[in-house]
Amino acid sequence: MPDPAVRVEDLVVRYGSRAAVSGLSFDASTGQVTALVGPNGAGKTSTVEVCVGLRSAAAGTVEVLGTSLPASGSARSALHQRVGVMLQDGGLYPSARPLELVRHVAALYPDPHDPAGLLDGLGIDPGTRTPIRRLSGGEQRRVAAATALVGRPDLAFLDEPTAGLDAIARRSFHDLVRELVGAGTTIVLTTHLMDDVERLADRVVVVAGGRSIRQGTVAELVGQVEGVSFRGPMHADLSGLRAVLPGDATVVEAPPGHYRVDGAADPMVLSAIAAWCAQHGIRTGDLSIGRRSLEDVVVELVGDL
Amino acid sequence: MSAGLAASSRRRSLAQASWETRLLLRNGEQLLLTVAIPIGLLLVLTLTDVISDASDPDRVARALATVLSVSVISSAFTSLAIATGFERRSGALRFLGTTPLSRSELLAGKLLATALVTGLSAGVACATGLLVGWRPAAGAAWAIPMLILGTATFAAWGMALAGLLRAEAVLAVANGVFLVLLMFGGVVIPVASLPGLLGDLAAWLPSAALTESLTSALVDGAAPSGASVLVLTAWLAVGAAVSARTFRWS
Repeated sequence: MPDPAVRVEDLVVRYGSRAAVSGLSFDASTGQVTALVGPNGAGKTSTVEVCVGLRSAAAGTVEVLGTSLPASGSARSALHQRVGVMLQDGGLYPSARPLELVRHVAALYPDPHDPAGLLDGLGIDPGTRTPIRRLSGGEQRRVAAATALVGRPDLAFLDEPTAGLDAIARRSFHDLVRELVGAGTTIVLTTHLMDDVERLADRVVVVAGGRSIRQGTVAELVGQVEGVSFRGPMHADLSGLRAVLPGDATVVEAPPGHYRVDGAADPMVLSAIAAWCAQHGIRTGDLSIGRRSLEDVVVELVGDL
Repeated sequence: MSAGLAASSRRRSLAQASWETRLLLRNGEQLLLTVAIPIGLLLVLTLTDVISDASDPDRVARALATVLSVSVISSAFTSLAIATGFERRSGALRFLGTTPLSRSELLAGKLLATALVTGLSAGVACATGLLVGWRPAAGAAWAIPMLILGTATFAAWGMALAGLLRAEAVLAVANGVFLVLLMFGGVVIPVASLPGLLGDLAAWLPSAALTESLTSALVDGAAPSGASVLVLTAWLAVGAAVSARTFRWS
């Protein structure tokens, strides 16, 4: 098995006295998509910034493509030639036109992609004379993706790449990431959109409070347990429902107003839920049967902290 | 550094210089500073009695020295500081920090672009000077090394300012310092005409040293004084040290 493309061990990042990352560890396997997910302020972007050399770690070890960070001089340049970065916001020259910016970035790499072809593939007209500041948010994200990928990276850090993209552009982006992975590129992705993660990620690292609270494949995180989810009034007394559910079924409320009964979603369980709701005058909404969504799992994990 | 690495580094520096020059020359404000202000100032100084003395036979050469000094300060200090400050605010510098471009390559690119734009500005000023009667003295070429030293000095302080302050503050301070240097830094009003302590202090400023050395070259055809070179070099050394210390990608 090849060495991981990114190895982070006990990473600590501080802003003054506040720790944004406090002991985070994870590996990103070569040729796979690793997704960092978690709430705002969890430390995902700070971690990416350390991995791409924009920020110093207060403690811990970070190794990217076999190079220990921080790297300087020729080691830094050699590493950065193999790494592409899409920053969470900005990173583009507002007065530049898309093609001239991507051409300039291409000139910094030894073996770049064709800038016009790359922009075209991302749905940006390479011939446009519109300056970047006048493009829509989604178009700007696509130009940022082009600047991250034009250097033909072995490893790409994509920080919230689909934020602001419409559904169609997001699907195109998913296809692009699959193409990149097919060509052997390693991707480290941070996102709040669980759809991105479920469609793309080989491995998920759930980050909260500056550390990893769970890691695994999407299937491992979601689990195989089926159940019933429904919405109701917040903080309902669940003792009556628990009393009528079969012995192996559990019921939890997370987040408030969202209820989940885990266990076999058979007619007995459904009947028990319906009867309990009727007795208490509870109108249920969004009742669904099946495995939990990744979003449910992440919300539960973060909520349990 | 191996020959291959050095060539890659040079290629990236040149790519950055070409990029910076393209952006600078597209900016309307920069074109105003580079072309319009030197021409306008030279015409005001040579064709009116507002500031200069009409009976001075070296009036055009003296005015040209002032204008060249203004061009260096505006391009190498004010424009460079403001552009760099806003590149940091837009995150463009942060992005460049993730590419193979190193800090020294970025700096080399910015310096080269600034030198090109300053050279263009100086060329426009000299051409205008020739049109209004400037006849270069034999040793006028002494101005060239002083323009280079002055550009390096003010560029170092432009980068230092951009590293020290937020973009909006850089905008205010860079413009403020530019005006103060013009009026009280021995550029438009000669050091000898400034009153008392103000004159004594101004003599130690890089703006005064640059203007004085350019005046020597253009009016007298003489080499710059040792004091001028020393003052500019000292400001360059301190500015370079401050900018190296304060530079940050984000």
